[in-house]
Parts: sequence; structure tokens; C-alpha cells
Amino acid sequence: MPGVEGFMYPNEVELQWSVLIVLYPFITGLVAGAFILASLERVFHVVTIKPTYRLALLTALSFMLVAPLPLQLHLGHPERSLEMYFTPHSSSAMAMFGFVYLWYLMAVLVTEIWLDYRKDIVEMYHKSTGLLKMIYWLMATGNLNISPRALELDDKIGYTITVIGIPSAFLLHGYVGFIFGSIKANPWWSSPLMPVVFIFSAMVSGVAAVMLLFMAVKKLRKEAIDIHCVDTIAKYLFYLFIVDFSLEMLDLIHRIYEADESFRSLDFMVHSRLFFSQIVLQICLGTLTPILLLGITQLFKIRAGIRKAIYTTSGLLTLMGIFAMRWNVVIGGQLFSKSFLGYTTYKMALVTKEGLLVAIALAILPFIFLTILVKLLPPFGENDAHHAPQPAIGD
Amino acid sequence: MAIFKDTGHLFRFAALFVVGTTSIFVLRAIVTPKSFGQYGHYRGAALKDLADRPVKYAGHQACEVCHTDIVTTKTAGKHAGVNCEACHGPLAKHADDPSNTPAKLDTAVLCVKCHAASAAKPKGFPQVQADDHSGGLACDTCHKPHDPAIAAGGAK
Repeated sequence: MPGVEGFMYPNEVELQWSVLIVLYPFITGLVAGAFILASLERVFHVVTIKPTYRLALLTALSFMLVAPLPLQLHLGHPERSLEMYFTPHSSSAMAMFGFVYLWYLMAVLVTEIWLDYRKDIVEMYHKSTGLLKMIYWLMATGNLNISPRALELDDKIGYTITVIGIPSAFLLHGYVGFIFGSIKANPWWSSPLMPVVFIFSAMVSGVAAVMLLFMAVKKLRKEAIDIHCVDTIAKYLFYLFIVDFSLEMLDLIHRIYEADESFRSLDFMVHSRLFFSQIVLQICLGTLTPILLLGITQLFKIRAGIRKAIYTTSGLLTLMGIFAMRWNVVIGGQLFSKSFLGYTTYKMALVTKEGLLVAIALAILPFIFLTILVKLLPPFGENDAHHAPQPAIGD
Repeated sequence: MAIFKDTGHLFRFAALFVVGTTSIFVLRAIVTPKSFGQYGHYRGAALKDLADRPVKYAGHQACEVCHTDIVTTKTAGKHAGVNCEACHGPLAKHADDPSNTPAKLDTAVLCVKCHAASAAKPKGFPQVQADDHSGGLACDTCHKPHDPAIAAGGAK
């Protein structure tokens, strides 16, 4: 049989989870990571990264809006795939999606953004005209009270929401990791470390994405990049990456030492079918290279221009590495037979509902949402002296 | 009222939440089939739907009423335990109306479904690399499908 080596059970030959299911944990990871970066400023008072606070929240929301689309396309049946939001159930991890998604989207992200932006929304309502005025009026729920007492209340509640949001972000991505980690029939996935590895890789990807977006948005707006802010984000990215890499290596060492009955099969897979995506893309280019590059910026004094180039390169490599990690988990876990006697091949479709073109469209969609959100809710405080952009330093 | 003076917007936002949550419960009630949970965590009416589907398989007893000669050959051979419809496919229509004859099977395709060589099959199970073994010829060129062992006198 073409693409099949050795023995596969009939239901293993064709992969059920496609590139869209690779995209799903990648996107939710970006959401969780971006939110956690935002919470650093709000809860842990890391003032240097304040310029990215709102951008991080809007990034999280943009990706969160796209997060369920891969699942719905995978489910097919547009007439009933929406039911996954209305009929969540505790009987299975997958059926919990409705609870996890709606809680995180509505109770955390939307509420926090609304409370943080309310003053701006009211001010923009007063400045705007026509349809835009109506949109801002709706966003303000028709209440235009921005008295100091009302804003103080917003701030207090916003803080509480952020505090609740941190475990919620962990829950969201830990949940995605749990879906894989709890499948005991699949030795490639089954590991209690899986949710933890997913959470840390989520933080790494989210922080890298916001760092890149921050630099890109500033570049597009022809504004100076606050290099101290980017330096701080890069420092957190470096630390998070080390923890993430250590956890992944711990998982790997544990598997190698334990060497259970699946080990030879999985080991062969890593040396053959997954060699490029795991060893080359994920570990060498997507993990070790950015850690090395970020490490250099921590150890040596480097000019700001070169630092920015290093951050951009390591950010892009990080995102590629984390995507490769999701790919190796989702696709890798379906390439070998549960008999450990054979391997199949994933052939990505191009124009089907789970094909490459749809995956590319879904990867672009959050940026369209983000552009609209940034226009509607400017993240750099154009309407608020309190959020005025910091003068560029070292640029 | 004084309490609403600076908290009015929060009550409005909370009201939106209540509306949203309520609409989820309403939609849930609408989309959940009426018989869901009647017998367990599934749609109770699904049982009747399944029972109402037309029967496709006749069962080997139905075949054996007419094809007594095949029964004799098959009982003596290695395929004695293989049901007729495992190879011939669902034949309820043929059993109801014998003039509705099924298409002749292509043994070059059919036999390898079980007998293609595979590392996972028990060593004693007859299995072949079809291309090497027959060079593309149909299996029933040499084997009688109802009593396939050549050594047992199954050759044509």
C-alpha cells in the first residue's frame, strides 16, 4: 500500500486529525501566551512591558475568535457543528470545549478588554460620527459614565479578572494538552507532562508572537520601537524557553530511560518520518537556535539595531519551532501503528475543507481580526494620555 | 438610585452576560433531541431509526437452503468457517428474489484482503505476496474459492 510501511490496522492508514488540528493547539497557545504576557504588566507590575499590554490582549482576542474554526471545519456539518458550544458535557475531555472556550473568551478576555478600554470607548464615541459612533455606543452598552469612581471600579474589577484570567489561561491550554496527554492508548501522547509542556510552549509562542507583532506594528506606523520593552519581553521569552525546553527534554529522557514496549517504534519514527520536523525544525532551528540567540543578547552588550534583528529572527524561529512541536504531537501521534509494527504517511490535501489552503486562510484570519480591533480599539493610547507612547530609548 | 450612579455600566454588562448565558440554555434545549437521555447518553429514538433500516444481510442459513452443493464443498475445505456474505457481500435482496443475481466476484482483488502477506498475521495463516505468487492472475485460476487448498484436491 503506498505510504504504508509494515503493518497498520485498517483504521490507522488514513490520518483522522489533519493540519487543522495542528493549527488548533498552535492558535490556543498563542492566546494563552499573549494573555499571560499581558497579565505580567497588570498583576505583576512589570512596567517596562506596559506598551504591549493592550496589544497582547487584542492579539489574544483575535486568535481566540479563530481558535474554534479548525475544530468546526474538522467536524463538518455546518448545520450542527455550532452545537459544541451549546451542549458541553463533562463526560469527555473533548465535550468540555464549550465550557473552556466560552469561559475564557467571555468571562476573561472580553470582560478584561472591555473594562480596560471603557474610558477610551466613551471618548471615541464622543469624537466619532455616523456608524462608528453607533458601534462605540453599543460597545459602551449605552452607558457613557466615565467618572473617576466608575473608572476606579473598572480598574479594580479588571485586576480581579486578570487574576482569575491567569489560571484560566493555564486551564485553556492545559486542557488542550490534556486532550492529548490523557489518551492512554497512544504512547506518543500519553504523558502527564503533556499539559505542562503545552502550557509552557504556549507561553513561549504567545510571548514571541506579541514581541514580533509589537515590533511589526511600530514599524508599520513608522514609530520608534521601545527597545527596553522588547528587551524585557525577550528576557522573559528566554527564561520561559529554558523551562519549556527542560520540560520537553525531561519528557524525552524519561521515555528513553523507561524504554517501554512502544519505544523502538517511536524511536524509529523520530529517526525517519519525523526527523526533519522534530530534530531539524523543532529542536535545532526552532528551540536551540533561538535559545542561543536570546542567550547571546543576555550575556553580551549588543547594539540596539542588532538586538532587534536577533529578536526578530529568534521570534520567527520560535513560532516555527512551536508550530513544528504541535505538528509532531498531532501528526506524529498518528503516523505509527498501535501494533508498533508499521508506519503510515500524512498526505496533506490542498483545497479540501481540511487542506493547506484552508489552514493558511485560518492562519491569516487572526491578523485581519487584529487589524480591525487595532483600528477600533487603538492599543497604544492615542486617546489616553495615561497610555501615551514612551519615548524611544536606544533606538 | 445612588448605587447605580457609577456602577450602571457594570450592571448593563452583567445583564448582557445573563442574556448570553440564557440564550445558550435556550439553544441547548432547542438543539438537544427530545429523546436524548431516554435510555442513556444517546438519542433514544436512534434505536428505532436503526431498527427501521432495511436488512441487507440474509445470513448463511438463507444461502444454504438453495446452494446445497456449495455447502458440501465448503464444509470439507478451509473456508468452512467463513460465512457466505463475508466474501459475497450483503445478499438479502438475492435471498428475497433469486432472479436478482449478484455480480461475479473478482478473486484477484477479493482474496488478498485476507491473504496478503503481513508481519502482523499468525505464521500459520496462509498469506502470499500476490504479485510474486500469481503474477496478477485471478486466484480462482488455480484455487476453488469454496475449498481452496490445492493439496486437498482443490485445483481445477
